Amino acid sequence: MNGRRVLRMTLTTFLAMVLLVVLWEGYKWVGQQTGDRVPGTDIELRVTTDDLTMPHAKDILAELVSDIRDGRNTLPMSVYLLKKAWFTLQEAAIGFFLGLTVGLALAVLMLRWRVVERGLLPWINVSQTIPLIALAPIIVTWGRINDLPDLFSISLIAAYLTFFPVAVSALRGLQSPNVADVELMRSYAASWGTTLFKLRLPAARAYLFPAFKIAATLSVVGAIVGEISIGTKTGLGRAILEFAQRYAVFPERLYASVIGAAALGLSVFGLVSLVERIFTGRTREVVA
Amino acid sequence: MSEAAVVVTGVEKVFGRGSAGEVTALSGVDLTIEPGEFVTLIGPSGCGKSTFLRLIGDLIEPTAGSVDVFGKSAHQARLDQDYGMVFQHAGLFDWRKVAANIELPLELKGWSKAERTARSREMLDLVKLPDFGGHYPRQLSGGMQQRVSIARALSFEPRLLLMDEPFGALDEMTREHMQGELLRIWRETGTTVVFVTHSISESAFLSNRVVVLSPRPGRIHSIVEVDLGERTEDTREDPEFFRTSTEIREALRAVEDGS
Repeated sequence: MNGRRVLRMTLTTFLAMVLLVVLWEGYKWVGQQTGDRVPGTDIELRVTTDDLTMPHAKDILAELVSDIRDGRNTLPMSVYLLKKAWFTLQEAAIGFFLGLTVGLALAVLMLRWRVVERGLLPWINVSQTIPLIALAPIIVTWGRINDLPDLFSISLIAAYLTFFPVAVSALRGLQSPNVADVELMRSYAASWGTTLFKLRLPAARAYLFPAFKIAATLSVVGAIVGEISIGTKTGLGRAILEFAQRYAVFPERLYASVIGAAALGLSVFGLVSLVERIFTGRTREVVA
Repeated sequence: MSEAAVVVTGVEKVFGRGSAGEVTALSGVDLTIEPGEFVTLIGPSGCGKSTFLRLIGDLIEPTAGSVDVFGKSAHQARLDQDYGMVFQHAGLFDWRKVAANIELPLELKGWSKAERTARSREMLDLVKLPDFGGHYPRQLSGGMQQRVSIARALSFEPRLLLMDEPFGALDEMTREHMQGELLRIWRETGTTVVFVTHSISESAFLSNRVVVLSPRPGRIHSIVEVDLGERTEDTREDPEFFRTSTEIREALRAVEDGS
């Protein structure tokens, strides 16, 4: 990745954030002027603009540097969130790699045997219609019966979300080489496995990396939802749950923790993008 | 007398047998190709010429009859990696550099890195692309990609080169240039070539023999012997070249008329 691209990306990200703040504060300002009504009408705004419902952006940002008690210590909010995020990141990372492995394995099985594809694919789709909130306590209960740490159970919940995009996209990617390419490998008397590694997997890259990016963000979502639904002692999900319960007193804290969750999601997305660039970074220059 | 390169006996190919869309692509085909020969299969579209080529290459199996290559079954010949194949689209793997594409069949055969590098260099010289080993396929023109495809097919010195309209997607000038290159390579390597085309001039210019196929079901209508000696660019203006082209054209017309 060249410097210019980095600069452009940083700039657009910054501008997007500024725009978000302007919209937030603009809406709030209009609401304050009109007494929470759509200007020129009597229609009430669905979201009121008082400081409890919509704290000022500057207060939310200030919250990130103000102190909060964490057990016996007092820490700035951002450091506090970073500590919680580190725990969540571990769950998400395990969940991501677990989901990735399972998703790839399923895709390869479905590629190898048509009957597996026909039998399994509908169930893979059905699996995603089960609400995570319902599934999480079951997984954790099973985990606790088997003396597994909650961290691992939450990873399983995250994996449940992440395996899906990987399995579906990987299957499409592995099936993407055209007939001539497959016949070429056949003419070399290449085995099924050799064809998989020399042709199908490299050809699937264009399908895999977008799926990995979705899976990475989903792994964070899965970890946070998992934490919230089973009540862990730490993690970002725990922090969000606590701040939500004390919203009436410190609304800024909930918003700050939401920013923390978004930042974590963006970081893993960026990390996977970086890996993608290493694997697919190719010159597009045409010489003849 | 060495054994024949290809012996096709009583071959029939039916697609979708027993279904409503049953199609007899080839029927009662017999053909013998000698080692070192350059044979072209020509015919109107749908006459089964590609099917014929794919049967020889054991990419599909005949419904009846047999295909023998160098005294063994086509299946065994494929397992022995006797085939080099070139398709209409170069079919290079875009994640591999040009040299790595040429080395793919060598890699599958378990050649060492040093041997592979040496061979891909030789092959790049042969197809006159010595400076392009480190490029990616998409950086090359269509004609250059097709030359890489030929280099890849020849890299492991296959005994039989099967080409399915390899120059079909190229413009006329590039095409004629590539034909000359292919003949030069063919002379240098002495390999046997079976070449599918629908171009009359291409078949006349390249081959020792032109096999004219008739459609539905595909049969061998006639075989035109070509005697043009050593080909040069002047061959294209040789009266004998015109005479051969006319003979092929008339055979194709007869095929279209159903005689």
